[in-house]
Amino acid sequence: MQNILTICYLIASVTFILGLKMLSNPASARKGNLIAAAGMAIAILGTIFLYKDEAGDNLHNYGWIFGGIIIGAIAGTLAAKKVKMTAMPEMVSLFNGMGGACAALISLSEFHHLHNITNTDFENDFHIGAGVGATPPSAFVLQLLIITAGLVIGSVSFAGSVIAWGKLNGKIKDFAFKGQHMLNLVILALVLGLSAYFITEAPVRIPVDDATSIIPFVKQSATPVFFIIFGFALLYGVFFVLPIGGADMPVVISLLNSFTGVAAACGGFLYDNKVMLTGGILVGAAGTLLTILMCKAMNRSLKNVLIGSFGGGNVATGGGQKGGGGSYKEISINDAAVTMSYARKVMIVPGYGLAVAQAQHTCHELEKVLSEKGVEVLYAIHPVAGRMPGHMNVLLAEADVSYDKLLEMEQANEEFKTTDVVLVLGANDVVNPAAKSDPSSPIYGMPILEVEEAKMVIVNKRSMKPGYAGIENQLFFQPKTSMLFGDAKAVLQQLVSEVKTL
Amino acid sequence: MLNWIYEHQEYIYIVILMIFLGIEVIGRVPSVLHTPLMSGANAIHGVVIIGAIIVMGKAGSDDYLALILGFLAVILGTLNVVGGFVVTDRMLHMFKKKK
Repeated sequence: MQNILTICYLIASVTFILGLKMLSNPASARKGNLIAAAGMAIAILGTIFLYKDEAGDNLHNYGWIFGGIIIGAIAGTLAAKKVKMTAMPEMVSLFNGMGGACAALISLSEFHHLHNITNTDFENDFHIGAGVGATPPSAFVLQLLIITAGLVIGSVSFAGSVIAWGKLNGKIKDFAFKGQHMLNLVILALVLGLSAYFITEAPVRIPVDDATSIIPFVKQSATPVFFIIFGFALLYGVFFVLPIGGADMPVVISLLNSFTGVAAACGGFLYDNKVMLTGGILVGAAGTLLTILMCKAMNRSLKNVLIGSFGGGNVATGGGQKGGGGSYKEISINDAAVTMSYARKVMIVPGYGLAVAQAQHTCHELEKVLSEKGVEVLYAIHPVAGRMPGHMNVLLAEADVSYDKLLEMEQANEEFKTTDVVLVLGANDVVNPAAKSDPSSPIYGMPILEVEEAKMVIVNKRSMKPGYAGIENQLFFQPKTSMLFGDAKAVLQQLVSEVKTL
Repeated sequence: MLNWIYEHQEYIYIVILMIFLGIEVIGRVPSVLHTPLMSGANAIHGVVIIGAIIVMGKAGSDDYLALILGFLAVILGTLNVVGGFVVTDRMLHMFKKKK
């Protein structure tokens, strides 16, 4: 039976790797996800029915297990099916937090188990921790270390993800105060220090009568320390994410995602379970790289995001005074419709404003009516437009926009030279030329969509308010730029009906 | 220390190889797929559910604290797995090629 379970785990590990690999190609991504899901199902079912503990006993409490799985599966499916496309990032964050909480609970439960066993009948019970027979003390210390690591990482991931979720859906506001970074460092130091103290102090060895064997044992007085560590880890998760600005959340979620991966891997060590280990480490490594890739796309270092130089909002005025002033001109819906209808090539640059206004369908409609008039319509997608990398692609795909109309940044930048009209929909920082020209700008060096290369630029925004980075955008004051104020959806609807009448 | 490495070499190999594999696999992902990928990876670390099932299944039937902790862990772990895969599938569904 154990052999079959090993095969199940092996299959699952392979499907995870295959799944991630297939997820990296648009053509096979969906299949990859399903393959990983199938592998997960095999691993879960195998565990339930085939797992035997060290003493060779089957698992019990099937009622509780199935009850929990059914509740979780129904709630998870409903939440995942009902969530709006624009709220995907929050949802991912929340699910990630659940995984972190699960890891923390496992650690709590294992500690409770260990503590019970070692403190009730340590006199002649050798079933301590893992394994029949006396666990060697070094393995026991290692076990406590893993339990503590799982607790800390899982709790940070859980608390951080919940805060990230709250921030993305606007329930929690940015919150920063002087000395916050100091406080964070102090909390982190406390967590690490207490953990080190706990791991060295808690395990004691009690020599048995004949003094040849030693029984490892969790010292009663060290028990509260474990729960204090738990509390501080949760606190750290909260304070770690609180000061980081809303638009940096994708990076944070990705980082917390890899944390949860590592927390899952801790479970793999604890239960000598290879599928948890491979799955966890795989996600831990991939998540870390993904985090770095996201930072790179924004031309910011991870450190910068975490310390929050403009996430905190205090540098917002950095490039401000340079950009201020100048006059901009507005364009009427009618004029905008006419210009686009008679253009040869129109490039649409979607941004966060499009997502907020839920205007992806209307946008696709505009694309269709323009195409019927013989205009070539393409989309230029900045990798970090919206709230998560790839956010725009997901949104536009929801509206049935054909995949090959979406141009990535490098491609798009070549096309702008031959583009007649660029329509910027609620994007700001990703088209700000200051990123190329103004070394004092906080976004200097970030790769942008060079829309100013086109013959004409129409910018739809709700107002002249600066974007997320809090800096003025010189693009809006350029002579070839016209502003079209209003909610993206309302404006697009008007444009569609105007274009139809032409 | 050396002895410890010797005893746990199997794990050390797995960890190191998985780190490289994780990086290699993700390294070729186009930015358009970053969101679904993050979501998919999120579902995969839901493998932590297996630990929850083991904890739950080993809990003594009169140890209510352990039962409750395990039960919560199973629910949360399942949420992570099922929700994660369903959300990812929903996102990817939208990438379907249109004729």
